[in-house]
Amino acid sequence: MKMLVGSNLERVLAAGHFAVTAEVGPPRGPDPGDVKKKARILRGVADAYNVTDNQTAVVRMSSIAASKILLQEGLEPVMQMVCRDRNRIALQSDLLGASALGLRNVLCLSGDHQSAGAGGKLKGHPGAKNVYDIDSIQLIAVVKGLRDQAMQEGGDSISPAAPFFIGAAWTPLGPPEKFRTIRLAKKINAGANFIQTQAVYDIKRFAEAVRRAEDMGLTDRAAILPGIIVPRSAGMLRYMNASVPGVEVPDEIIQRMKDASDPQEEGIKIALELIVAVKSLSGIKGVHLQAIEAEGLLPDLIKAAGLLPRPHVY
Amino acid sequence: MIFAEWKPLDELIDKLEPHKKVLLAGCATCVAECAAGGEKETETLAPLLRMALKKKGHSIEIVTATIERQCEWEFVEELAEKVAGVDAIMSIACGIGVQALAERFDPVPVYPGVNTSALTIREEAGIWAARCAACGDCVLGETFGYCPIARCAKSLLNGPCGGTRKNGKCEVNEDVDCVWSLIVERAERRGRLESLSILRKPKDWSNSRHGGPKRVIREDLRQ
Repeated sequence: MKMLVGSNLERVLAAGHFAVTAEVGPPRGPDPGDVKKKARILRGVADAYNVTDNQTAVVRMSSIAASKILLQEGLEPVMQMVCRDRNRIALQSDLLGASALGLRNVLCLSGDHQSAGAGGKLKGHPGAKNVYDIDSIQLIAVVKGLRDQAMQEGGDSISPAAPFFIGAAWTPLGPPEKFRTIRLAKKINAGANFIQTQAVYDIKRFAEAVRRAEDMGLTDRAAILPGIIVPRSAGMLRYMNASVPGVEVPDEIIQRMKDASDPQEEGIKIALELIVAVKSLSGIKGVHLQAIEAEGLLPDLIKAAGLLPRPHVY
Repeated sequence: MIFAEWKPLDELIDKLEPHKKVLLAGCATCVAECAAGGEKETETLAPLLRMALKKKGHSIEIVTATIERQCEWEFVEELAEKVAGVDAIMSIACGIGVQALAERFDPVPVYPGVNTSALTIREEAGIWAARCAACGDCVLGETFGYCPIARCAKSLLNGPCGGTRKNGKCEVNEDVDCVWSLIVERAERRGRLESLSILRKPKDWSNSRHGGPKRVIREDLRQ
């Protein structure tokens, strides 16, 4: 099979392995040691590591810099890129820079609105001006243009082309649900090669959404990696169910966390069951794992899921 | 209509403190419709300002006048007589009116009494909501009559972000509809959901503020 860019993530998927990606949130400060610490914890447990781009609109070390630090530490990054803070000029400039630094995976996102400010836990910058010159789907097309046509959005050529394995997000259970499959199709038509989803807890409804995507032929055209967030407490699940759009948590899972004598252990058990459940679905090519501010939980979880060691594909 | 709201009283007082006699100027068009700068609001704000200034120990005289439109020179002219006797003007028209007075009555300082913030419709009594962003490249023909530029917090052109709440409201404000939910609903009702699967290309923003300050010359209207 002809490789688009030959990133580790692309090679693992192309070889037919069940892929594992994990999330690494950059620090709210300039210390590269914070990124390296997370890198040391997570080295070898995933095929690629998502580096978030000022998630929840809180200023953090740039995704591009933290991605490069991961790369130096021997971990392959997925540089996340949101449309909130940069216009098409800055986005493309950073894409060229990222390519020059050896970053080969990019995840294109709209980005949390600046009013999010970490859900009110931090001050953030709610008075900031947002950009949204282009949207996430247009960004996918821009990245594809830089890769396949060696062409900038405005029509100017570049040399050489900038090779990126292109990712996008999918919120399958977000309203209007019927449109979510159409929106997924738009992302894949625009050039998305892999899809990481909003956190999945309701397997039944997720499976129905994947079936709809499969019926449209989408699961053959892009690798879908369901997002799994390790639950930490019943309160966290209740909050996500009520307040994080697109996240649906069945009552019985919340009840299990509530009844658990050791919520952390129960959370890992639930995450494990979710991994097993999505792995059995047709059309699913991997998982995207997050343990928010508790990355240390991931190695044991991935091991328990039978997903270690990660394959070496050349 | 152009929507505006009163600035905080403290901010207005700060501006007026150095003056002796001030004209509070209203406008009977958009800002009257949004109950911020019409004759009624002018006559309500004036005594509030007088009281607040008096409380701070200032003896500043405030006179009032409301004209039909502060954005048209022939109406602006009606203020000339009153302006002759004051050393400052506070306009509670939109930013266009404020600038017209500043230009016509230079060097008398003109202060804005309101913040102009949106192009709105009055949905019902006491509720105004954005409808247009004057983006210069109208997409309403493709979005079933709902504007995603003015009404989506991220001005998305290809459908809703992941932030639509369960009840179809926007993640940014629970009182605001996700406009893409409305677009999808209307498309579906008309049996045209498929039309939303077309990829919308990056927008040309150059016919809005982003292309530089707007100035239009229509030769056919110039004698």
